[in-house]
Amino acid sequence: MIRNDVPITPELVREHGLKDDEYARFKALIGREPTLTELGIVSAMWNEHCSYKSSRLHLKTLPTKAPWVIQGPGENAGVIDIGDGQACVFKMESHNHPSFIEPYQGAATGVGGILRDVFTMGARPIAALNALSFGSPDHPRTRHLVSGVVAGVGGYGNSFGVPTVGGSVRFHERYNGNILVNAMAVGLAKTDEIFYAAATGVGNPIVYLGSKTGRDGIHGATMASAEFDDRSEEKRPTVQVGDPFAEKLLLEACLELMKSGAVIAIQDMGAAGLTCSAVEMGAKGDLGVELWLERVPCREEGMTPYEMMLSESQERMLMVLRPGMETEAEAIFRKWGLDFAVIGKTTDTLRFVVKHHGETMADLPIKELGDEAPLYDRPHLANTHQPVLMPEAVEPPMSNADALLRLVGSPDGSSKRWVWEQYDHLILGNTVQVPGGDAALVRIEDGPKGLCLTTDVTPRYCEADPVEGGKQAVAEAWRNITAVGGRPLAITDNLNFGNPERPEVMGTFVGCIRGIGEACRALDFPVVSGNVSLYNETNGRGILPTPSIGGVGVIDDVRRHASVRFKREGDAILLVGDTRGWLGQSLYLREVCGREEGAPPPVDLDAERLNGDFVRRLIQDGQVDTVHDCSDGGLAVALAEMAMAGGIGAGIGEVEPGIPLHAFLFGEDQARYVLAVEPDRVPDLLYAASAGGIPVALLGVTGGGSLHLPGEPAIPLGSLREAHEGWMPKYMAG
Amino acid sequence: MKAAVIVFPGSNREGDVLRALRQAGAEVHTVWHAETELPAGTDLAVLPGGFSYGDYLRCGAIAGRAAVMGAVRAHAARGGLVLGICNGFQILCESGLLPGILMRNANLRFLCHRQKLRVERNDTAFTRAYAKDQVIDVCVAHGEGNYFADEETLRRIEGEGRVAFRYANAAGGIVADANVNGSLNAIAGIYSEGLNVLGMMPHPENLIDDLVGGTDGRGLFESLVRAA
Repeated sequence: MIRNDVPITPELVREHGLKDDEYARFKALIGREPTLTELGIVSAMWNEHCSYKSSRLHLKTLPTKAPWVIQGPGENAGVIDIGDGQACVFKMESHNHPSFIEPYQGAATGVGGILRDVFTMGARPIAALNALSFGSPDHPRTRHLVSGVVAGVGGYGNSFGVPTVGGSVRFHERYNGNILVNAMAVGLAKTDEIFYAAATGVGNPIVYLGSKTGRDGIHGATMASAEFDDRSEEKRPTVQVGDPFAEKLLLEACLELMKSGAVIAIQDMGAAGLTCSAVEMGAKGDLGVELWLERVPCREEGMTPYEMMLSESQERMLMVLRPGMETEAEAIFRKWGLDFAVIGKTTDTLRFVVKHHGETMADLPIKELGDEAPLYDRPHLANTHQPVLMPEAVEPPMSNADALLRLVGSPDGSSKRWVWEQYDHLILGNTVQVPGGDAALVRIEDGPKGLCLTTDVTPRYCEADPVEGGKQAVAEAWRNITAVGGRPLAITDNLNFGNPERPEVMGTFVGCIRGIGEACRALDFPVVSGNVSLYNETNGRGILPTPSIGGVGVIDDVRRHASVRFKREGDAILLVGDTRGWLGQSLYLREVCGREEGAPPPVDLDAERLNGDFVRRLIQDGQVDTVHDCSDGGLAVALAEMAMAGGIGAGIGEVEPGIPLHAFLFGEDQARYVLAVEPDRVPDLLYAASAGGIPVALLGVTGGGSLHLPGEPAIPLGSLREAHEGWMPKYMAG
Repeated sequence: MKAAVIVFPGSNREGDVLRALRQAGAEVHTVWHAETELPAGTDLAVLPGGFSYGDYLRCGAIAGRAAVMGAVRAHAARGGLVLGICNGFQILCESGLLPGILMRNANLRFLCHRQKLRVERNDTAFTRAYAKDQVIDVCVAHGEGNYFADEETLRRIEGEGRVAFRYANAAGGIVADANVNGSLNAIAGIYSEGLNVLGMMPHPENLIDDLVGGTDGRGLFESLVRAA
């Protein structure tokens, strides 16, 4: 056993991921050399993952307020008011580094962690989503990672009993060495029964609940704050192991305990385990904390204070209880077969004191552990803008029909049914829109209200122009919620980037934040929670900038919603929004022409708002039930997806004059929606559009068993489906 | 009609089946796994879907030996109705109330999707609201639903008309493509000898609502309410 008073050598400091100046800062703060346990504590509190030291400065610029925001960033999850005394609690979080090293457990504990964040606030989880980024399909590791991550996401969520209703899966060689696993959870609570982390009252019992503490995950958060190299495999022991069964019990026990009125404050033990949760509870409540580690339920004998403070064992909670209610609380936890132990108390000293059999192992100023964490304004280089690529400069290498088949059968364009069929998306019986639509639609209890949920980002846009890319990620989330008929209310952002110590990476981060902020402000779509994952880099090569946006909207009556599938023969097909034929950074350019270049499509936030509000009103008024937004692959891919989903073809006659046909079909201009409308409703709709200054074009008619693009032979739906549904299962079997 | 839904640690579809039973007009109660008796006057005991005790051992193996199972067994022996769905089916097999076993799906993956079933007979307490050979839409959501029994047992189940549902295509055809998990004879659910215990992998309780997939699952719960 390592002694607590070992001399703190520079090597030991470095092993803890602290820079020399950071260590000097800490030593100055406490006025002496720290003990080993104290070094462990500060390394946990001051790493990038927990302290946000590179990102804090920029995150502060994001809009986080709106009349419907109950709790913005800084708590376990964000909370918004959705009316009728109900609150929606949600957050998205990454588990990237562990998932690359151990895909099943990494992904599973990612899901577990985010579910815990949501029910810690007093909410019952009602939906889960995710955003997954993998390396190139032909990279030797990719198949193994996809298979493990998908099984892990499913394994945890399915057993816990929450429907996984949406998400995205993408492939790009820039993720070869660092995959991204971003998990989002959404819960439902009463607005007057939200629980927070801030402790109150001196001398109140601090209680440990849930699973026992083991040696797993020690330094997990430190690993997540460093780059990978060729020896990253050796970090496998730092990955935690998930137990969804324990989590399900913890959920039921916590909600039951919250109802009893015994809970003053609650914080889950996530990254940096007991250290981070105890410090946050005290610091947020302006109180000190004293812990007695010999009382911590341990999985194995002989665990040192250092190990207990840094373990990231899963499915654990820390609570401050109302004094005198310990017995009642313990009975609830015993009923669910979970551990319960009073392991400390709140104090009025503002110190974080850790004792083991009476001996003081750490004694640190509690506020400063968080407030005085290093804060960096890292140098950042604005990205050199890529020139606008005119449609005329892109020679179509094949027919438009062949291009469409290639796009719907490409790794990013193909159906992800193979993935989402491994997730229980039907449990709880409220999934109105299953995966594969624009946004998932989940009815709230017996209705009629529902939640619209989506995760979005287009990393190739963010790489080419971080500001526009950041705007686009938010706008697309807003658009997807709108396309099912929902009112977009708020987002959670999960910002995945490379090494922030490189100015060009920091530049993309700063740019994306700026774009996200602009879009959030313009669309009244504030950020209420989030997570930053930096150092997604291997041997000096970083991922594509990937700020995943999780969007939440509400729909007042789920019976009035739209979906992508064509529903009737003879419907008029309308395109809402302007088309210029923007091929720069398009999926067409990459998958069909083999080029990744040009500026991404600009995002006109006024047009987004105008067009979106128009479409949403049509859905709410019961005028339109068939809507799809245009995104990857543009108009042609949107039409193909609508036709495949409905089993009804379409004929497209009209096109925009003056735009090359391939650019019209595959351009990725923003703020656009495809609608299928009963013909007798069209005149009124066009009149309303023209009165509101909304560009709407009549494109064609639904019907038949194939898709007719202008100047092309009909493409049978069967061929589209074969390409679209075929790629993923074939790839995974290969 | 009085229904008792048994809740094990790790059950997670108890709410779904409670909703379906209530909708059909049943009086519902939940019973904790540590209980040793069912509420007086129980007509139907339901073992819901989920991952009882985490299913870290064989699925349903621990729940099959839980305290409450003594009461369920006694209820079945008296001729009382018992319905086990998904994990509940696995528990019934593990507890010996139904023959056979549910193995890993043939493709080794968890599967969740809509699925057609063929109703094999409509003269039981569970299926009167359906027609014989009717094709109904339900959902499946399981990783271990691959039904297996030894030849002798299988012959007996088939001979005694104890297959309740088979995985089918839209036309009611029993074809390899429709057999989602590799079950012998495409078996999706079986009855006990007395036809009063039914175990099935698919979830009729998740198809009781037009807005959420359809209403083909309702017939099972309506049949049960009528039977009591």
